[in-house]
Amino acid sequence: MIRVDGLTKDYGPRRAIDNLSFHADKGEIVGFLGPNGAGKTTTMRILSGYMPPTDGTAIVAGFDVVEQSLEARARIGYLPESVPLYHDMSVFDYLKFMGDLRQVEDSAERADEVIEMVGLEDRVDSYIEKLSKGMRQRVGLAQALLHEPEVLILDEPTIGLDPAQILDVRKLIKDIGKERTVLLSTHILSEAQQICNRVLIINNGKIVAEDTPENLKAHTTGKEQFSLEIDGNDDGLAKVLEKVAGVEKVTKVEDGKWMVESATGKDVRKELAKAVVKGKFDLVELRQIDVNLEDIFLKLTKNEEPGEAE
Amino acid sequence: MSKIWTIARREYRLYFATPVAYVVAAVLLFVVGLIFYSAVEYGANPQNGYVPGIDQIYPAISFILIFAVPAITMRVISEEHRLGTIELLLTAPVKDWEVVVGKWLGALLFILTTIALTFVYPMYLNNIVVPGIDQGPLISGYLGLVMLSSAFVAIGVAVSSMFNNQVASLFASMGIFLVLWWLIGIPAQLSTSGMSEILRYLEFEGHFSSSIRGVINLGDMIYFASITLFSLVAGSVSLETRRWR
Repeated sequence: MIRVDGLTKDYGPRRAIDNLSFHADKGEIVGFLGPNGAGKTTTMRILSGYMPPTDGTAIVAGFDVVEQSLEARARIGYLPESVPLYHDMSVFDYLKFMGDLRQVEDSAERADEVIEMVGLEDRVDSYIEKLSKGMRQRVGLAQALLHEPEVLILDEPTIGLDPAQILDVRKLIKDIGKERTVLLSTHILSEAQQICNRVLIINNGKIVAEDTPENLKAHTTGKEQFSLEIDGNDDGLAKVLEKVAGVEKVTKVEDGKWMVESATGKDVRKELAKAVVKGKFDLVELRQIDVNLEDIFLKLTKNEEPGEAE
Repeated sequence: MSKIWTIARREYRLYFATPVAYVVAAVLLFVVGLIFYSAVEYGANPQNGYVPGIDQIYPAISFILIFAVPAITMRVISEEHRLGTIELLLTAPVKDWEVVVGKWLGALLFILTTIALTFVYPMYLNNIVVPGIDQGPLISGYLGLVMLSSAFVAIGVAVSSMFNNQVASLFASMGIFLVLWWLIGIPAQLSTSGMSEILRYLEFEGHFSSSIRGVINLGDMIYFASITLFSLVAGSVSLETRRWR
């Protein structure tokens, strides 16, 4: 559905994206993660047919976005990052206008349908100017769904929404993603973890990691980590912990707080607990540290070469 | 519904949602009315048999268009770029030239609606002059205004596609109109032979004046149509080029 090969875009002397290659298939929700300025928006703009790449190809829904731009555009639903909307139109008029522009049959009826999908029935006749940011975001999403596109490209679809709306929109995207291809960018790693089948991490215009959220976790950390909290005196605890079979490293974080590492897949919690109690320490907490995408993300995007000035 | 018409209709309606439409229409009607009134009131001279004609209002309308058209067209594409809504149009399955032509058509229809309001003056004159006004200059004059507006609006839209800033596009198109209307006449008279003819050909006023006199000149119509076409092509190219930026 989306096939990107060697995609490169230069803005003058600055290279925004560098030789990107990836794909997304039908029924897949692919998350595009990366710090600001990593090239997410540039990539999405190229895929949506807004701007041509400097080099490389992008095939969306079977059509080259440069050579067969109109055919590709007809099959793409696109929500740009800044959610541009005509503020001087009502929600219904705007969606009907975009429907007509996309030659949707029964555009008025279809406008009502998408308004219902995003839950804006009570604001049909409100001017977009008067809507809150979250509501505008939903109007933008409705616009992207108007023509029942095969591919959805959503640039930060949940930004600016309140927690309840975020859940609604995520659910909506998940539903849509069952039959279509969704490429979405986000800053929120837990979001990618929850709704994406696959995650692409991009930094400085290059893909630095690509996998399912689960696999990414397993590959990047390489160690199981446990945190311990001791009440009162913890002198000599290091020795006790180091003796436990499977423990590879013991670190004191602060008074009463310790961190223990073991090899991947080795859960040493039971042994740790026994050892601590046997050593007459007062154990108040013992838990496995769940490595989240945040850590992976930071780890992968941190190692920028210093002095690489733009 | 065609994509061009969808864009044109949105543009046209938008003018009536803003004060722009009413201000432009009011100024046009007021100024033209004033000129018309003085022509009828003081111009009529029974001694030498002069009867005020409708030709008085055409220069007034065309003069106001020099300022009104840039005010109408300055935002058509500039604002889309500034607000980012251009991204919606350019990612919809619509060709770049269809966007430009749609914008042009919407703005032109609005200008023509405003000009249509001035029709009250010839109708009034027709009632007070015996045996009624000359039909020739009436038809040719309004046809001339349609062609002139078409060219003006096309230039305005093309200029608007080149700037993000509305004031920049306002003054740029106003400057172009002033040069093509009058200023080009000065070098045209000073320079010699070939160059002079080219400059004189480009001058707007010369092509418009025949229609005021009641003559429909095919050459003049072609001139305005060419300016329109050239500007629409320039606007489309400019829009397309900006994708590469």
